Amino acid sequence: MSLLEIENLSVEIDGTPILKGVDLTIDQGEVMGLVGESGSGKSMTALAVMGLLPFAARAAGRVSFGGIDILAATEDQMCALRGDDIGMVFQEPMTALNPVKTIGEQVAEGIRWHTRATRADAEAHARKILDRVGLPEAKFPLSVYPHQLSGGQRQRVVIAIACALKPKLLIADEPTTALDVVLQKQILELLRDLVDENRMGLLLISHDLAVVTDMSDRITVMRHGEVMEGGETARTLSRQLHPYTRQLAQASMHVPQRKPFASPSWGDRAAGAGGGSDRTQAGRPSATPERGRDADPELVEGKADWGKNQSALLSVENIVRDYPGRRTSLFRKPEPVRAVDGVSFSMQPGQSTALVGRSGCGKSTLARMILALDRPTDGEIRFIGEALTGKDEAALKSARRNMQVVFQDPYGSFDPRHKVERLIAEPLHLMEEKPSAKERRDKVAAALHEVGLSPRDMDKYPHEFSGGQRQRLSIARAIITRPKLVVADEPVSALDVSIRAQILDLFADLNSRLGVAYLFITHDLTVARAITDDVMVMHEGRIVERGPTAEVLDHPQSDAAKALVAAAPDLHRAIARRLQEQG
Amino acid sequence: MSDSADIHGETAASFAAKAFANRSFLAGFIITTLIAVMALVSFLWTPYDVTKLIVADRMQAPSAAHLFGTDHFGRDVLSMIMVGARNSIAVALVAVGIGMGLGVPLGCWAAARGGLADEILMRFNDLVFAFPALLSAIMITAIFGPGAINAIIAIGIFNIPVFARVARAGSLALWPREFILAARAAGKGKALITVEHILPNIANLLLVQGTIQFALGILAEAGLSYVGLGAQPPMPSWGRMLFDAQTRMIVAPYLAIFPGFAIVFTVLGLNLLGDGLSDVLDPKLRRQR
Amino acid sequence: MTAYILKRLLIGIATLVVASVVVFSMLEIVPGDPARLMLGINATDDALQALRQQMGLDQPLVWRYLEWASGLLTLDFGRSYTYSVPVIDLIAERIVVSLPLAVIALVMSTAIAIPVGVFSASRRGRPADTISMGATQFGVAVPNFWFALLLIYIFAVWLRLVPAGGFPGWSAGVWPALTALILPAVALALPQAAILARVTRSSLLEVLGEDYIRTARAKGIPYRHVLWRHALRNALIPVVTILGLQFAFLLAGTIIIENVFYLPGLGRLVFQAITQRDLIVVEGVVMLLVAAVIVVNLLVDLSYALVDPRLRANR
Repeated sequence: MSLLEIENLSVEIDGTPILKGVDLTIDQGEVMGLVGESGSGKSMTALAVMGLLPFAARAAGRVSFGGIDILAATEDQMCALRGDDIGMVFQEPMTALNPVKTIGEQVAEGIRWHTRATRADAEAHARKILDRVGLPEAKFPLSVYPHQLSGGQRQRVVIAIACALKPKLLIADEPTTALDVVLQKQILELLRDLVDENRMGLLLISHDLAVVTDMSDRITVMRHGEVMEGGETARTLSRQLHPYTRQLAQASMHVPQRKPFASPSWGDRAAGAGGGSDRTQAGRPSATPERGRDADPELVEGKADWGKNQSALLSVENIVRDYPGRRTSLFRKPEPVRAVDGVSFSMQPGQSTALVGRSGCGKSTLARMILALDRPTDGEIRFIGEALTGKDEAALKSARRNMQVVFQDPYGSFDPRHKVERLIAEPLHLMEEKPSAKERRDKVAAALHEVGLSPRDMDKYPHEFSGGQRQRLSIARAIITRPKLVVADEPVSALDVSIRAQILDLFADLNSRLGVAYLFITHDLTVARAITDDVMVMHEGRIVERGPTAEVLDHPQSDAAKALVAAAPDLHRAIARRLQEQG
Repeated sequence: MSDSADIHGETAASFAAKAFANRSFLAGFIITTLIAVMALVSFLWTPYDVTKLIVADRMQAPSAAHLFGTDHFGRDVLSMIMVGARNSIAVALVAVGIGMGLGVPLGCWAAARGGLADEILMRFNDLVFAFPALLSAIMITAIFGPGAINAIIAIGIFNIPVFARVARAGSLALWPREFILAARAAGKGKALITVEHILPNIANLLLVQGTIQFALGILAEAGLSYVGLGAQPPMPSWGRMLFDAQTRMIVAPYLAIFPGFAIVFTVLGLNLLGDGLSDVLDPKLRRQR
Repeated sequence: MTAYILKRLLIGIATLVVASVVVFSMLEIVPGDPARLMLGINATDDALQALRQQMGLDQPLVWRYLEWASGLLTLDFGRSYTYSVPVIDLIAERIVVSLPLAVIALVMSTAIAIPVGVFSASRRGRPADTISMGATQFGVAVPNFWFALLLIYIFAVWLRLVPAGGFPGWSAGVWPALTALILPAVALALPQAAILARVTRSSLLEVLGEDYIRTARAKGIPYRHVLWRHALRNALIPVVTILGLQFAFLLAGTIIIENVFYLPGLGRLVFQAITQRDLIVVEGVVMLLVAAVIVVNLLVDLSYALVDPRLRANR
């Protein structure tokens, strides 16, 4: 008998079916990957196993854990299972811990409840498990509060809570989605080790096929509340028998077709970039440990080289951005926090550049300064030969016309109270002469057409569109003034893989048709690889490496880049490894 | 994230359908409409003339002729309640108007500017909150003598920081949103963004707060006129009627019952309306977890 | 933490100073001359002049403010125009009624509201919740002075359990004094309790939807424990805020309720003073109440630091 057996599980909420006849089994010590796009019912399956379905949900079918019928179990029986035999790790570490209780209290609580241990014993136990998940006592005493920890550290606390009593089954629901790739790798390794040590079953839920492939013995693919396909990981993914599995795998590995933009500026760029895109760090025999400042002389050299080009579309020189730090004493001025620390680079027209780095490395701050939405503390930004720094809104108009933005969140990018026409037309505010109503509609229609939407859509409200369509709307808004540069801040990271592939295609297509240059801010190296010519790696406020995308990603030189590349999930590699292991 | 956006941009008709399906809203709407109609009708017609004192008819218990009885001057209580509604509504409405008219721009300004402007607003709020409406009314009356205007000013002043806070909190939540950044990238200034994007998106909050403050205003006005700091006789007001009823309560309890119910009914109606509105306008709160 | 406390303390003091300027200048713009008010219309110019000098009315405005304000620090509120006794004596005489009344009402309303709110939230959507929230909906709508009238009618006139009004004084014994305060306290407390119960319920429901509640439940802790041990403490933060704001309403309510029950408290004092145009008494009482509100709100700010470790951190 398997550890967990789910048979024909159906769940509905207020008459809407969420799960339709789900079957799934997990054996002891086995890692089961549950993969699917948003709305596929992955999380609901996990909550059903935990007996934590929303109050309005009605479940039917059979869920059996170690012989206990979970759907029929009383709340008391479930309480005895939860946290003892079944542990769960959630997606959002920032909100998963009670802000007013110490981590010691929160880890010890479950231990005390289940084992009836004394406070001292439970705390000793909590100490041990916190040490195990990588939070040693010296730096992380039990008396630490969650707000004093980073996202990755908080996720370790959540894992400690879930694994404190060595459960037979661990459920991890998108445990790394909110973390950057480097943290993701660390957390996944921790999970794998804990599972191996204690022969736990692991139900790993993720939207990321590469992560799941890398981790699981078997996978189950879900879509719209139904299981599409399940089986041994290597076989399922190498054969890709089910069309949806194939679609998912292909979308995950998708690389858009890119054609060079046929215009004089492209030639310029190629010539200019020939010298400029020399690896600034290439030829360094080995990276010194304290790379940051060491790399400077060469970076400065490189910068001079890049900056010399007078036809540069964008040049950034020695940009610094300080934020006021937290006050530690009433009488001392707080130390400022340096988010961006002396960054210089330039971009050519039509060039597509990726800015990659871990979360908190300063890449979004840099993007906002380029967009003149934030003022640098020091340094200068020039756009088409015109300084942006220290100008007021009126003086920025022409620059803004040539520089637009696409944001990450397709839901937050639009004022929900305005119609599409008005939203897409918003940048037309920057035109010298206000377009007439007809011109405005024509321009909006053209922009919608450009991104593959119908001009009829302009009288709709944003909530009538799906996430992917909204991101198209976002792009339509960005290109309506025919800008020369579009800054895209994680434009596809909130999208499902199949939609992501389509949006990347659209970006590539617009680049070749309109010659628009992109500055792509992303933590996802596959996105950078798919769409950009050059890549800059940012770490702790500085650019530590740059060069042609393929070269940097294949042969990273700096530690930061190496860490990013090593941590990036890669479906090809994962499948190859699985095939070796599972034959 | 997506849920908060779902209700927006719908047509007035579908909104009305959703609102009237909400029991709180429906009950509140009916009660509030009744009271408002009663106040409006009183301009054209009341069962008896409230300015005529007919001493012969004084202190009559409720009957077919005087549905709610008569007071110590022989005035018809129902007619007085109808005319009193005018006073209550007018005071509360103008006070809400003052609060919104001054508070919302202040709150939006503080949120848009941040820094010192924000600090100044918050300290101003602290200051005004230290003077409950009754204390302001006491001071104003001590200086200028009693009258309905005092009540309006005192309640209105107290409403300013309430609306300023709501507007500020609502705007602060919006400013870092991506659609606002997009508007800034489109070269729009803070004032224009406030008008085009911020205000329409905090209108819900303000509407709900408005009904709450309206209800509180009715209560406050009743309290002030009860202690003689509000509308002055012979202008009928609900609070004053209760004051007059107090000494005669043993012989004529109905004198205290009906005006009291008028107040409770009105405030209840407005509160239900506000609850219903916030349910319908904010699906986050409505969503069952 | 010390930085936070110091900042709140400084803000509280600054608010107090500005409030005193507001109170002082409001009553300074009153038409009419207090000296003439005290002496009547037939006073001679010489007598007026002498009195003005004695009261310090001939001094410049700023000087008089400073004198008044420094007097406040030593609890010297000046002398009443009508009674010719120090205002502080009048206040001291009355505050022994008003303060116990407000405190009893506050304790009563909190003691009722929080259990009702928690109970209601834990039975969300069930009949018990619907009934108790329906009751609070009425409670919020009832004016406290009308509720007081009903209470008097039921308990004093009809059942004759308690006196209908008046105050025997604490010298008559604690028990008779307390009985005189029970109805006024209930009249004040119940409408406030209704508001507080609603706030408690909605704040708790919001917290119960948070991710960390799910984490706690995933540990196997029963829902009831999660509610009390994890949710309530977080939910109390907005509740405490409302509690602070309510203190201001309670004080104002006290002033009105004292008039319903003929209690010789600060409320009665201030209304008498208004009719007698004894402005210095009005000034003193208003200033005292404003100071009380500011101090309570300061205490609320400080209590956040106890509830929320994020504030305890250095900042």
